[in-house]
Formats: sequence, C-alpha cells, structure tokens
Amino acid sequence: MVRASSLKAAGSGLALPSRLVKISGVIASLIMTFVGLTAITFTIGRVMPADPVLAIVGDRASQEVYDQVFLQLGLDKPIYIQYLKYLGQLLQGDLGTSIMTAQPVAEDILRFFPATLELATVATLLGVFVGIPMGVFAAVKQGRWPDHVVRIISLIGYSAPIFWLGMIALLIFYANLGWVAGPGRLDVFYDSIVEPVSGILILDAAMAGEWEIFHNAIAHLILPASILGTFALAYIARMTRSFMLDQLSQEYVLTARVKGIPEWRVIWGHAFRNVLVQLITIIGLTYASLLEGSVLTETIFSWPGIGLYITNSLFNNDMNAVLGGTIVVGVCFVGINMLSDLLYKLVDPRVR
Amino acid sequence: MSVLALRGWLLAEVPHSKTQARCQRVFISWLAFKRNPVAMIGLLIITSLIAVALLAPWITASDALEPDLANRLQPPGREHWFGTDGLGRDILDRIIWGSRITLYIVGLVSIIVVPIGLVIGIVAGYIGGWVDTVLMRLTDIFLAFPRLILAMALVAALGPGLENAVLAIALTTWSPFARIARAEALTIRNSDFILAARMQGVSTAGILRRHVAPLCMSSVIVRLTLDMAGIILTAAGLGFLGLGAQPPTPEWGAMISLGRQYLIDQWWVPTMPGIAILVVSLGFNLLGDGLRDVFDPKSGS
Repeated sequence: MVRASSLKAAGSGLALPSRLVKISGVIASLIMTFVGLTAITFTIGRVMPADPVLAIVGDRASQEVYDQVFLQLGLDKPIYIQYLKYLGQLLQGDLGTSIMTAQPVAEDILRFFPATLELATVATLLGVFVGIPMGVFAAVKQGRWPDHVVRIISLIGYSAPIFWLGMIALLIFYANLGWVAGPGRLDVFYDSIVEPVSGILILDAAMAGEWEIFHNAIAHLILPASILGTFALAYIARMTRSFMLDQLSQEYVLTARVKGIPEWRVIWGHAFRNVLVQLITIIGLTYASLLEGSVLTETIFSWPGIGLYITNSLFNNDMNAVLGGTIVVGVCFVGINMLSDLLYKLVDPRVR
Repeated sequence: MSVLALRGWLLAEVPHSKTQARCQRVFISWLAFKRNPVAMIGLLIITSLIAVALLAPWITASDALEPDLANRLQPPGREHWFGTDGLGRDILDRIIWGSRITLYIVGLVSIIVVPIGLVIGIVAGYIGGWVDTVLMRLTDIFLAFPRLILAMALVAALGPGLENAVLAIALTTWSPFARIARAEALTIRNSDFILAARMQGVSTAGILRRHVAPLCMSSVIVRLTLDMAGIILTAAGLGFLGLGAQPPTPEWGAMISLGRQYLIDQWWVPTMPGIAILVVSLGFNLLGDGLRDVFDPKSGS
C-alpha cells in the first residue's frame, strides 16, 4: 500500500532534482521510523515495567547496586532526557549489557547475526529461484492445472505455521529418511574447527578449504532454509504470477507474438523483463520479513542466530538483550524495505 | 413469503424501501460469491469453526483439561480419533475447545484494530492537511515494524498471557487498516453527496460516522479477513514460544509446543493441532480471496 500511494505521488518532473527529493524523502522517513522504533523499545524497557531497575538487577540485589543502576539509567531525570540519553547510547552502538552472557549486547548480536543472515539469504535464494519460475509458469498456463497447483502450494505456504512445518520436516527428512542433518549448524565433532571470518559458515568453510565441514554445514542448512523459504516461495510465486498476467495482456506482447517471435522469448525476453523491477521490491520485502521470521525457525532447528538469541534472552528475563535484538532486527527490516522501495523508484523508468 | 417471491423481491429492478435496497446489495454480492468454489470452501471452513466452537460442550466427551494418566499417548483410533497427549487428554477434544480460544483471539484483535484503524484513516483522509501528514507518518512507522519481534518484546515486558499477546498483536496490526480507510476516504471526500450533507449542516463527525465510515467498511472487512490468517499464525507462534496462552489452556500453538517432545515416537501429539491451525488459516485466506473478488474485482489477480 505504501507503494501504491507513492506511485501516484511520484509525478513527472526533472530527472535529477526529483531523484534527490525522493532520496531525501526516504532518508527522512527512515529517521522518523528509527525514532519511532526506539521510542517503542524505550517504552517497553524503561516505562512499562513497574520498576525498571528491579527488572535489570533482580530482586536479590543489594540497595547499593540498586541505587547505582538507578543513577546509571538516569531515572532521576525527566523522561525525555532519559530517552535522548538512550538514543545517544544507541547511536554509539551501545545496546547495554546482557545479563545472560555478561557481555555487551552489541557484541553478542554481532556473533549471532551471521547465522541468521546465512539462513535468511539461502531461504530467499530458494524462494527466488523456485518461486519465480513457478509464478511465470502459472501465469502462462492461467486457469489450467499448473496454475491451480501453484496457487494451492502458495496458499499452503501462506497458511501453515512455520514452526509446525519445521517440526514435521525434521520428523520426515531427518528422523525417518535421514536425508539431512539434524538441528544446529554443524555436527558436534566439527565444531569450532573453522575460524569464523565472516561468521557465515559455508563461506568460511569453503575459504578454508574444509570441504568436509562445508558439506556438513550444507546438510544442516538445507532443511531450515527450505522451511523458512516456503513463505518466500509462496509470496514470490504469487506476486510473479500477478505481475506476469498484467504484462501478458499488454499489446506489445501480442505484437511480439504476431511478429513470430518464439513464445519462450516473448515470455522471458519481453514480458519478464518488465516484471523484473517490480520483483526487486518484492524480493527485498521478502528478505526483510525472513530476517524477522527466522525467530521461530531458529527455535525449532536450534539455529544459533539472532532469533534464538532473542527467545533465549526472553526466557532469562534479559530485557537488554531482547530489546537490543529487536532494534537490530527492526533497523535491518526497515532499512531493507526502504532500500528496495528506493531502488524501485530509481530503476523503473515508469515511476521515474 | 415463498422462496420465489423472496427472490423476486431481492432482485427487483427498483427497490421500494431502504431495507429492500440493502438486502438486495447483500444478496447480489452473495450470488457473485457463490459462484466462486474456492471462496465457498473457505466459508465452509470458517462456519464449521464457529459451529464447532459454539457446540463444544455437546460434541466433546471431556473438558480437555483433566489429566487421565492411564490413557497417556494413545495413538489415533476409534476411542480417541486424534489420539491422546502426554497427560492422557483427548487431542480432538482439546482442539475443539481450542477453537474457542482461536475465535476469541481473532475477535478481540478485530474489535481493537478495526475502530482504531478506521478512525485514524478516515480522519486523516477526510480532513487532510497537517492532520493527515501527522497521522500517516505515525501509521507508516507502525507499518514498517517487524510484527512478530515487536509482539515478542511487548509480551516480554507485559508478561506472558493470552490478553497481553492479543494486545501486542493488535498494536502491530492496526496500521494497514488506517491506510485503507484513508484511501477510501480520499476518494469519497469530494463526492456530491458529501457536499450535500455538509450543506444540510451535518457536522464533520456526523459525516465521518454516517457517510464516510460505512463506505470504507467493505474494503476494511476484506482486508481483515485476509489478515486473520496472519493474526492466527502470530498468536500460535507466540503460544508456541510460551508467550501466549498458558497451559493447561488448549491453545493450538501451546499444544504444539507441549507436544514437541513426543514428535519422534508419538507424532500425532504435535501434528494434529498444527493441522487445525493450517486448516483454519487456509479457510480465512480462501474466504478473504473470495470476498476481495466480489467487493473489489479490480485488485484481484
């Protein structure tokens, strides 16, 4: 809906200045959203608990510790000063200290984030490389059985609870068939052999030339990525189908067909090329939602990513870690969304 | 009145009363809706859900809360169609009682979300100017948030529980409704009938309530139906993580979470509630697709 309205708003004009206006508009709304996001996490962390100090130190702490934390949080100051101080700390990358790991939350997140990135990236790629052909195929065969099959698959992808799907997949493909490796990122005896350079295990293993570990990592990755990718696949296939249907009913497609251009070139060379830009936005949206949606998948597959970090912190009442994770995921989510929106506005000549 | 006469009354060229005109509109939409088999399946699923929830005391043998340790982990069979769980409770009975919780969640979320979204949307769209800018900025901020994670953080602060989960979901769900209502209000605000009402001296609040809001309802309802599946899945996810309804409440997500330890040897314990979630959210998706085709044929794909 954001897009539909911004589409209308973006009228014609001089190319360069209007681009600048658009970019600055996007940056302004990015800042607004960031302020809104932090206002909410601030409210959750500092205002909503009856006693934020108690929530941090626990009820067994001495009065001294209590007072120290009380002053540290700046609770003696008015609320807007507290918020500004909080914002300042965030901008310096200070997300507080985790109770569970006794480390700065920012450092924890840096360690956990690559696993999520790996999972979400592979899931999105699966969604793209399976979902797009499915969507195109469905559009070409509109109203016939391949169309219905694609529709049913994507409806189930939308409707199934992902954590349940993951459990069933583990039961079938790991426990019964033994095709894939179980929960976790690696078998135990491969653990911490590869030096984490990027933190993305398959990259690190490949660069270190540890092919055995590489294969093991893939065996662990493929199932959670497919499960997480189900949603991406459903969404991408559905949107591709509707974009393609729009294009295939246009007159230039008819012209190309009349000219005798082979059908596969009409589809992939003409119609699909015009869909590509719209798809970028969809893929961006999907990627952002997968970064967020990986929480449940990570829980099922014991995947040591940021989702698991947030849930574990949640059960240990580690609010700093929970809110830090929320902010990081939120910023990535918002950032990717706006970036794809911006890309769309800059690339597509029809919007420009 | 015979069926035929009723049909004639419903399809008459010129309606004679306001009531007749209204009934006609509903009936004609229904005729269009009925031609869509997929949507009818969705409607069937949702009416069954409501029927099951209403009839729960009469179609279950137990209250689904009392443990029966002599009958632990029975496989599906004649006695227990969906088997029994780790405490010997009949899973089908628990799913049936759980349907009430599902309906309670979606109902409560709708009651919170629709009025908020509607009011913000039509006020922004109808009044325009800086009111519009401020309200829509607010909406955009909420629209841009990651829903599940924010709901998790909120529940973490408020404490786990069904009501808090509902509140968290509602807070992350209202924004699309504001957008839709605003878009509708923008197209309506310059209509002649609004001008006529204004010249008759109807107050702005009156115009918004009696003329603008009713016209936004159909797109809001379509969107709500389509969002139901997402609401159910988020609630189930929160329940699964232990942040929603607490045991022994037979909430479906929490049931999957409890059944997780039996996955390998007693597969039916976590599988059955998952199927229930899948079927119900599929039902809402199908119904929503169908409603959209009827009310808003242009946007349907």
